[in-house]
Parts: sequence; C-alpha cells; structure tokens
Amino acid sequence: MFSRVKTALFAAIIAGVIIAPVFGLQITRVGMATTIVPEWNMIFRGMAIVFVFHLIRPYLAKFIFKPKAKFTAPVMGDKGRKALTFLLIAIALIWPFFSGRSQVDIATLVLIYVMLGLGLNIVVGYAGLLDLGFVGFYAVGAYTYALMYHWLGLGFWWALPCAGIMAGIFGYILGFPVLRLRGDYLAIVTLGFGEIIRLLLINLYDFTGGPDGISGIPKPTVFGFPMARRAPEGETTFHDLMGWSFNNQDVVIYLYMLALVLALITLFVSNRLIRMPVGRAWEALREDEIACRSLGLNPTGIKLSAFTIGATFAGFGGAFFAARQGIVNPESFGFIESALILAIVVLGGMGSQIGVILAAILLTVVPEIARGFAEYRMLVFGLVMVLMMVWRPQGLMPVKRPTVELKA
Amino acid sequence: MSQSAKTLLEVSNLTMRFGGLLAVDGVSFELHDKEVFAIIGPNGAGKTTVFNCIGGFYRPTGGSIRLDGESIEGKASHVVARKGLVRTFQNVRLFKQLTVLENLLVAQHSLINTSLFSGLFKSRAYRQSEEQAQARAAHWLDLLHLREFANREAGNLAYGLQRRLEIARCMITDPRVLMLDEPAAGLNPQEKRDLQVLIDLLRRDYNVAVLLIEHDMSLVMGISDRVLVMEHGCPIVTGLPAEVQRDPRVIKAYLGEE
Repeated sequence: MFSRVKTALFAAIIAGVIIAPVFGLQITRVGMATTIVPEWNMIFRGMAIVFVFHLIRPYLAKFIFKPKAKFTAPVMGDKGRKALTFLLIAIALIWPFFSGRSQVDIATLVLIYVMLGLGLNIVVGYAGLLDLGFVGFYAVGAYTYALMYHWLGLGFWWALPCAGIMAGIFGYILGFPVLRLRGDYLAIVTLGFGEIIRLLLINLYDFTGGPDGISGIPKPTVFGFPMARRAPEGETTFHDLMGWSFNNQDVVIYLYMLALVLALITLFVSNRLIRMPVGRAWEALREDEIACRSLGLNPTGIKLSAFTIGATFAGFGGAFFAARQGIVNPESFGFIESALILAIVVLGGMGSQIGVILAAILLTVVPEIARGFAEYRMLVFGLVMVLMMVWRPQGLMPVKRPTVELKA
Repeated sequence: MSQSAKTLLEVSNLTMRFGGLLAVDGVSFELHDKEVFAIIGPNGAGKTTVFNCIGGFYRPTGGSIRLDGESIEGKASHVVARKGLVRTFQNVRLFKQLTVLENLLVAQHSLINTSLFSGLFKSRAYRQSEEQAQARAAHWLDLLHLREFANREAGNLAYGLQRRLEIARCMITDPRVLMLDEPAAGLNPQEKRDLQVLIDLLRRDYNVAVLLIEHDMSLVMGISDRVLVMEHGCPIVTGLPAEVQRDPRVIKAYLGEE
C-alpha cells in the first residue's frame, strides 16, 4: 500500500510540473500591463486527479479487464451482406434531406476522403508500395479541372474524365523511376514527387496562378443546368427550370449526392479489382516479388497498373474537390494531406475497404466535432496513430480473405 | 532414360562470377524430356547459383542456356518462366497472406484473361476463364491432398504442406521444366517418400522434366536418372546415380582426402 501511495505521489508531482506551465499560468491583460497569474487551483486539482487515479489504478484495471468476453462480429451470409449494403446506401441517400447544411458538407468531405483512401489503398494496401506523395495525384486532378475551366471554359463533366486520365498518366510516369525501389526508398521518392507537383503549381505562376491558385470554379451542372443563384448569360439555372426558389441547401445536397455516387463507383471498382487477376497479382507482388517473377508475373506491369489505377481515383477525387471548393491553391495539397490519406489507409487496416471507409469517417468527423480542441488536433491525431499501432497494428477492420467454395 | 530422348534444356559452359569469386565455373549438362536430373554437391558448391542463372535471376557471366533450342540466358526471370521453366525455392516462397487457393490462382496469371474491362463488367469470357482457373486449382489441390486447406492462409500451413503447395503452384503453370531447390529439406521420412512418389508422378503424367538440387542422398539416388556433382563451382562428374556414388572424386569431395 505504502509503495502505491509513493508512486501515486510521485506521479502527482510530475503531473503538477507538466500542468503548471500549460494550465497553471494564466496570462491576464489589464490595460497595457500583461501579468502572469498562477492558478493554483487548476494545478492542485490536476495533481489530485492523477494521485487518485494512480491509487485506484490496480482495481480499475481489474474492473475493466475482468470480463474477457470477446467481441465477435455477427457472421453474415451473402444475402445479409447485400441487404445491409442496400440499407446503408438508402440511409446515405435519404438522411441529408433531414439534416443540417454543415453536416451534409462534412459528409461530402468524408466521401472525398473515402475516394482518396480507396485509391491509396490499392497502392499501399494491395500492392504494398508505400506512397507518401499520393496528394500529388489529387492535386493533378483538382488542377486539371481548374485549368480546363480557366483556360478553356470547360465544365465539370468534361473535366472529370480528363482529371482521372491526367492523374492516371502522372501515376504511370511516377511508376517508371520507382520500379526498382521498395520500402523506404520508394517512400522517399514518392514524397519528393508530391512536393515537386506542389512546387510546380506554386512556381508556374502564369499558368496556374501560383500561390493564389484559381478561383471561381463553377459547381457541377445538373444535365447542363447550373446550380447557382444566377445563371451566366443565356443559360437557365436548375431552380428556374424546376420552378423552385433558390436554396443553398439544395446545392450542398446535390454535391453530396455526386460525391456519394463517385465514392460508390470507386468502392465498386476497387472491390471488383481486388477479386480480379490484376488484384491477386498486386497482393502477390506485395507478398513476394521474386516468387512472382518465378511464376511468370511481370512486376513492372503490375506495379505500373497499381500506381496508375490508384492515381486515377485520386484524380476523380481532386476534380470533385475543385468543384466543391470553387477554388484551388497549392496549400490544399501539402504533405500533411498525404499523411492524412495514408493514416486513413493504415488506421482502417491495409487492404480493407470497410476499414478505409470507417477510418475516413473517423478522421474527418472527429476533428470537426472537436473543433474546440483545434490546437490539439495534430497532437490527438498522433496519439491515436501511436495507440493504434501498439494495440491494433492490423487496423480497425483487418482484411478477411475471401472464401471460395470449390466445385468437386 | 535413353540418350536418344529429346534434349529439352541445354546448359553449356555456364560461368557466373561475382567480383573476384567464381561461383560457377564451366558447368555443362543436358536435360532430356521427362528426365529427373539431380545436381548435388557440398554446401557452397554453386548449385543454387546454377538455378538462379537458368531461371533468369542472375545474368550469367559466360556460357549459354538453351530451352528447346532457344537461347534464354540473360532473359528476365518472368520471361523465362513463361517459356515453361519454373522453380521452387530453398526457403519456401509462398504468398503467405493469400489463401492456398489464391496462391494457385495467381500462378495462372499469364494463362488467363486479365483484361481490366471484361473483369469489371464480369463478361462471359471472364467468368469462364475464372471458372477454368478454379477448376485447375481444384485439380492440383486434390492431387496433392490440399483441398481441405484451400481457404487457409498459405503462411499458416504446416511446413510440409507449404512445400507441397509450392510444387503445386509451379505445376499449375503447365511447365516443361520444373526446378526443385532442395524440396526435401525439413521434411520427415514419410513426407520424403511421398515427395519421391510425387516427382515420379509429375514426370510420368504431366510430361515435365525435373531439375533437382538435393542433399538427401536416398531421394537423389532413388529418383534421379542422372546426377551432376559439383564442388567449388566446378562440375566434377556427370553420370548414373550408381556410377557417381562409387566415383572416388565424389567421395573425396564429400568426405575429404585420406
């Protein structure tokens, strides 16, 4: 007992030392003078909490870990899974009509990250190629739309396929120099690639608008009718066509629906891909490149296909991002964005699509809810990643291998 | 095996040098149709290096390798594999996180319909080719008694089963030459006997010539048609198993001089 009190006391003192400069010293301004007022209350309260916690920690541990009931997800048949999928899609389609504008807006952001996460999942999760410059392809997609609008006056629906193709081409180009690289070396080269794209966007001032980027990018049209308060010369807006009055909420919901469709397509395609020969080859490449070669699989083609297809998804996401924001600038495509997308893939469980979707929701929604702690966002983010890697390195939803019933 | 049989693989004067080290020095041999040809020798004799040269993993410094009359030395390993020359590895190299079945499906990659679009839209041709691939996999799973493990992760199989799966994965590519690098290493006596039966079956029914590196002498002497003995990268003797066993140079290489 005595030793426990001693540890608790020690922990409390340490806590006090840490708390004091953070919470314990309040800066107050009275007129011109700024003074530091120690808040002894705060410090002692914090120390007391730590002290008590350490005293009862052993009992707490017993209490928490005693019921070792293992949680197992209910096993679903194919039918059940299909029904659940449809139910989820139906909910995703209906809820925005009963929800606030900001919630729908955040959900749209989540869907963009789902797209990006699923794209990167192909490169990192399936093919095992650590790509730290994925945001580069996202930028290519976004700027493809922005530039096509700015220089050619083309709309979203023209730009969307072009953005995917452009990003795919960039993915293919990046694929070549990194064919021989693996692991750390690959990560560094891709990191550099992402930075090159960003620096190009900043420095090609005449073409891309430099650090200011390009603004005034129009939202996607509905079958050629713009969704805006006022239409440009000689065009009818969507709400005029329908005889509605203009409502900003409609635009937000429309964007959400588009994002949902794009994300579902991405999900469907990547889900199919992984069950196809090319998907199996990606996974085989991740497991053992030499064995792949010994069986006649060409690693060059397999790697390039992973890079290209992953980048294409990012390109679609980028074009949509540009349309949603209405403005693109290089600031949106920094390394931290790459890190976030990678975190989504790792947190979700490499190669697991459901996991990626969950992680995208978690990593987008939680910071929005915890707006009050905005300064601690990266701190919490880092902490969550560390804890995940310690306790659940396989991710939220580890991949389950498909089971196939063989015919006799 | 009669000398009149067709020559499938012809290795002549193969040399491999790593900097100052001559790992393989002038190895020549011929592999005939349906033949089991063993390469033996003490550790570090250069046997696996010979395999790596033939399989395209190393570019040989000198000499020539011909498969069915076509020169293959210096070709990339996946190209060589597609020409019908596949191998297993000394330390098993399975796709560990993939299931047993997936291992066998991946191996058929170069044989099946890999078009992106037919797969995305599940075209008829795609479904047929997938079904055929699964049927082929089922055949090999049955033959090697692996069917009950079809949906297990390959890395979780017992070692003996992993070795068997590796052979199945090679055979499913319809090879002409099967190169086995110490297939009996780590197997128990029963598994070794099974392996011998299996190799016999493969060459008889599946028309494959086997190139074998092995330390287990009872296996080598039991199934090989001819044996090449290597020491320090040099070939010492090539001959029938019984001849080789009596050869004083071979005994010297293995046991040292009196």
